Amino acid sequence: MASTMWITVIIAAIVVLFIIYIYNSLIRLRMRVNNAWSQIDVQLKRRYDLIPNLVSAVKGYMKHEKGVLEEVTKARTSLITGSMATKAKASNQITEALKSIFAVAENYPQLKANENFLQLQEELSGTESKISYARQFYNDSVMAFNEAIQVFPKNIFARLFGFEQKDFFKAEETEKKNVKVEF
Amino acid sequence: MGIYEEISGNRTKTILLISVFLGFVVVLGLIIGLVYGNQYFGLILALIVGTIYFLISYYAGSSMILSMSGAKEAAKPAYTALINTVEGLAIAAGLPKPPKVYVIDDSALNAFATGRNPEHASITVTTGMLQKLNKLELEGVLAHEMSHIKNYDIRVMMLASVLVGLTVLLSDFLLRSFLWGGKGDRKDSNQVTLILIIVGIALAVLSPLIGQLIQLSISRKREYLADASGALLTRYPKGLADALRKIKGDPDPLVDKANKATAHLFISMPFRHDHKESFMQRMFATHPPIEERIKRLEGM
Repeated sequence: MASTMWITVIIAAIVVLFIIYIYNSLIRLRMRVNNAWSQIDVQLKRRYDLIPNLVSAVKGYMKHEKGVLEEVTKARTSLITGSMATKAKASNQITEALKSIFAVAENYPQLKANENFLQLQEELSGTESKISYARQFYNDSVMAFNEAIQVFPKNIFARLFGFEQKDFFKAEETEKKNVKVEF
Repeated sequence: MGIYEEISGNRTKTILLISVFLGFVVVLGLIIGLVYGNQYFGLILALIVGTIYFLISYYAGSSMILSMSGAKEAAKPAYTALINTVEGLAIAAGLPKPPKVYVIDDSALNAFATGRNPEHASITVTTGMLQKLNKLELEGVLAHEMSHIKNYDIRVMMLASVLVGLTVLLSDFLLRSFLWGGKGDRKDSNQVTLILIIVGIALAVLSPLIGQLIQLSISRKREYLADASGALLTRYPKGLADALRKIKGDPDPLVDKANKATAHLFISMPFRHDHKESFMQRMFATHPPIEERIKRLEGM
């Protein structure tokens, strides 16, 4: 009798340890996703802070391109407020708008000789690629997490503990390539 | 072999290297004990000195390596693009904080990463890299170095450097103590002197060989892995492949800024490229042949 009891206890202990292990591994994956998301937020905020400087640096030169500048300023607010989808959309809009600003800047030799402008351009394109790297790490983390909560037997416990699938940070297919363009 | 296997493999190697280190210290302690006729004295002395040596080289090792190779910390605004790229790749690799960036003012094409863990790491590139590589190629090289940091290769390499330094130090110490002791006023220690001569000569002969073998065992396979996981960071293997091709074609190796103790750190062997490599050269190379690395990258 005593030995059956011991076997039951040992099996119960193993099951409990197994569940704890699964729970912890899921928590760790979810923390990585959240951490990856905050990395994106940091870079979006950085971009949000840099844009007014850029606008004031180019305003004096680009009298005919007011529309682009207004578009950037408008989309800028959505970078730090709203849902993930809003942020992703605003981020894509700004990428496009910045590209046209820098393309237009090619026509203004004075602007291209401006040290302040060049520095801002470098910083913004650096932030641009950091956003895409942060997005890559976020999406990788989301993929690992989503996969973990869907495979057997983790899916049972994932449902039990209320883990839900995370959304990817979506971007236009072409955007990654555009980032690599040298200004 | 994936990244996680590589990291746990590196943990085993770390333990192994520290054991080898401890073994050396104990042997040295016993020999010193023989000289002074008191085993415990020698052992304790060696353990204390060994511990201090270890702590100093482990914690100050990367700054010593950096100053030895003449690296200066890169600052904005001159190196904004470089720093931004490193920070971006650190985000892609999911590192807790970006490594520091250093620059060597040299026209050669080379780069290395060092440090004791991802929180205390740095990446160094030559100014030649910044001038001769385009943005994508530089990104490939930096991603390769970032992988060395993420995989804890830098810790193993650091310990290897410490060990190579120790073997050289030991053989030197033993040979010197023999030379000083040989001047005459000790008559009772003929046998001890003989042992010292033999061990000293053996160590002096063996230490470069041991150093080479350690570097060999740890740095060839991991270059392929760092290439692969670097390509995973940039999602563009061609960048690193192009960079390696440029490095291979460059006639200007980093001879004076690198030595045998730091050779295995660099992205390509920092010694003169010989077109006709002998069998021995290939046996003792710290890096796999560049053509093979390019071929693997282009097959991805």
